[in-house]
Amino acid sequence: MKHNLILRVTAKTLIPPIIIFALYVQFHGDFGPGGGFQAGVILSAAIILYSLLFGLDAAEKVITPTVARILASLGVLIYMGVGFATVLLGGNYLDYSVLADTQVAGQHLGILLVELGVGVTVCSVMLLIFFAFAGRGRP
Amino acid sequence: MMDYIIGHYNYWIAIFLMMVGFYIVISRGNLVKKIIGLNIFQVSVFLLYITMSTVKDGAAPIITEGVKLYSNPLPHVLILTAIVVGVATTALALALVIRIKEAYGTIEEDEIHEQDHSL
Amino acid sequence: MIVKHLSLLLVMLPLAAAPIVAVLPRGRLPWVVGLIVASSCAILASTQLSMVLQSGVISYELGGWAPPWGIEYRIDAVNAFFALLVSIIAAITLPYALLSVEKEIPEHQIPLFYSAFLLCFAGLLGITQTGDIFNVFVFLEISSLSSYALISLGKQRQALTSAYQYLIMGTIGATFYLIGVGLLYSQTGTLNMADMAALLPQVTELRTVHTGFAFILIGIALKLALFPLHLWLPNAYTYAPTVVTVFLAATATKVAVYVMLRILFTIFPDGFVASTPTGDLFILLGITGIIVASIYAIYQTDIKRLLAYSSVAQIGYMVLGIGFASATGLMASMIHLFNHALMKGALFMAVGAIIYRLGICRMDNIQGLGKQMPWTFAAITIAGLSLVGVPGTAGFISKWYLVSAALEQQAWVSVAAILIGSLLAVVYIGKIIESLYFKPVSETNTTVKEAPLFLLLPTWVLVVANIYFGLNTELTVGVAEHAAQVMGVVAK
Repeated sequence: MKHNLILRVTAKTLIPPIIIFALYVQFHGDFGPGGGFQAGVILSAAIILYSLLFGLDAAEKVITPTVARILASLGVLIYMGVGFATVLLGGNYLDYSVLADTQVAGQHLGILLVELGVGVTVCSVMLLIFFAFAGRGRP
Repeated sequence: MMDYIIGHYNYWIAIFLMMVGFYIVISRGNLVKKIIGLNIFQVSVFLLYITMSTVKDGAAPIITEGVKLYSNPLPHVLILTAIVVGVATTALALALVIRIKEAYGTIEEDEIHEQDHSL
Repeated sequence: MIVKHLSLLLVMLPLAAAPIVAVLPRGRLPWVVGLIVASSCAILASTQLSMVLQSGVISYELGGWAPPWGIEYRIDAVNAFFALLVSIIAAITLPYALLSVEKEIPEHQIPLFYSAFLLCFAGLLGITQTGDIFNVFVFLEISSLSSYALISLGKQRQALTSAYQYLIMGTIGATFYLIGVGLLYSQTGTLNMADMAALLPQVTELRTVHTGFAFILIGIALKLALFPLHLWLPNAYTYAPTVVTVFLAATATKVAVYVMLRILFTIFPDGFVASTPTGDLFILLGITGIIVASIYAIYQTDIKRLLAYSSVAQIGYMVLGIGFASATGLMASMIHLFNHALMKGALFMAVGAIIYRLGICRMDNIQGLGKQMPWTFAAITIAGLSLVGVPGTAGFISKWYLVSAALEQQAWVSVAAILIGSLLAVVYIGKIIESLYFKPVSETNTTVKEAPLFLLLPTWVLVVANIYFGLNTELTVGVAEHAAQVMGVVAK
């Protein structure tokens, strides 16, 4: 679809707001509806839209499957790392209250970090699934 | 009696979808259609949970001033988990179907059976 | 500190190792990490069991949220027993995996293979550890999804279709379980097992609770391959890579039996289950399963498939023990599933050693190889005798308890079924042994050598365990007795 001007221009104007919206959903998740899972899916939707229009190779330049795989693992490890950090600080697993001076601040920080991990993993797993399916027909 | 039936309309919808999905899984020979049936089947269960959590006249479970009655948020959270599981299952099933198509050249169940038994 | 967080580490260790292994470079490093994790889990699980036996129930609150609101890991003798079974089998399977996986799995998929294996392991351990009924569903799906992926890695293309078949049936089972949990939640308002057990007696009259019970029962019956719902099992076990078959045959169905035990004996009050036809149904399906699946096994030519059908029959024995709903029956069931894990593990490992050398494992291919691969086939013979239930092997102990449970209730048909089942086992094990030792070697196989030590050693660990637990029953019977007490089943 490289030559379809209308689609390309529309997509180019759409992709930045999609990414901004994903970040909003990600970081506003602890005040209102939202969170890592939704944000990850929205962010990956932006990249998938990009690759639908400019081709898989272009998208894989943005984020290669190897990087996506490492990020997917990293996200899970951030989540679990928060859990182990709370254990080391003397609380139970994933007991965010011990992360900061006050209980509220601790819960806040904990959920932010955990959701960040979720967001990273969901986004990269969605991309990995897309790359795996879309790249299947390639020689 | 009529009130009883109409009053529980949400359960009827959930059960109807459940049976539709289940029937598709059992009756269709096409592997992709089976996955679609499985999805409908799973989604009906999600609906069952969500309708269950609704409190009459309850607001969305976000703390706002002046609202006293909230719906039960726990089933929503449970279903969020179940949706993730459903997505993973669908992705895995579709990946398997692609591999089956490459190995057998077809995704019709009876043709696959024929090929396996003719060997 | 490790002691305080022990129950948690048992699940989190493999769960944290899985994503790390997935990004490790090719080579033997993923295997090393897997081995370290599995053996530390085995140590943790055995510590956990001795702690539970000494000082009673361990409760761990995730996130510091008190039960019944938060997720609680609640370990009593039953959980600890199953967690130990799963992690010991994993710790024995992994040394075996090294060569077998290098032979059967393409090199670039090996890190992902171990990652999926660890996920499956973590899921199974999670089911045994958690005290939250919805959490069981999540871990059930973690272990199932990774086992679908593992099965599809088999060499033949039928591996794909059997993984697909298992996926469809497994997902239907899990979704049924989910419906049942939802219905119970709608009536009790709790997901914590202990809390639900306290609240259920007030609502057992309600039809919703009965429906929920039925949904959960059928869902789990699909997962544990109870006789008419077993259709996914023979294909999945036959076409999966050997290591996967060993691990799943020895653990996955056993963990499903655990969930069944919890639902029947911990969560639902005593009178409730007795008021439903569950017990009779289990006895009926158990008996049919034992006989029909054993007959099927006799007619198989692929040895892996033969053993898979035999697994379906053995599940019949376990379900039979549950069906008696007596202390002895429950004990028999638990002892049998432990012993069955040992013998099926040994048998599938030995078969894997043949596949390592020959590439296939059909009756007519292995003829007369008994002299060329003496250790492998001695293992098959001893584990086979254990499967039959010859005195001096582990299989005898479990059959003994099962028969005494049946005699207690004067269930003569069940006694007959157990004996006929054993006789049928003599026939199908005899078939393997006959073609091993008493048939001439086919010309293509005259140069076949004994399997490498790495494959033989884990196999023989399990074979020796079969004999050890046949002579020394202190551990199995003691723990099973304790577990039956915990379940609150009084001897009738």
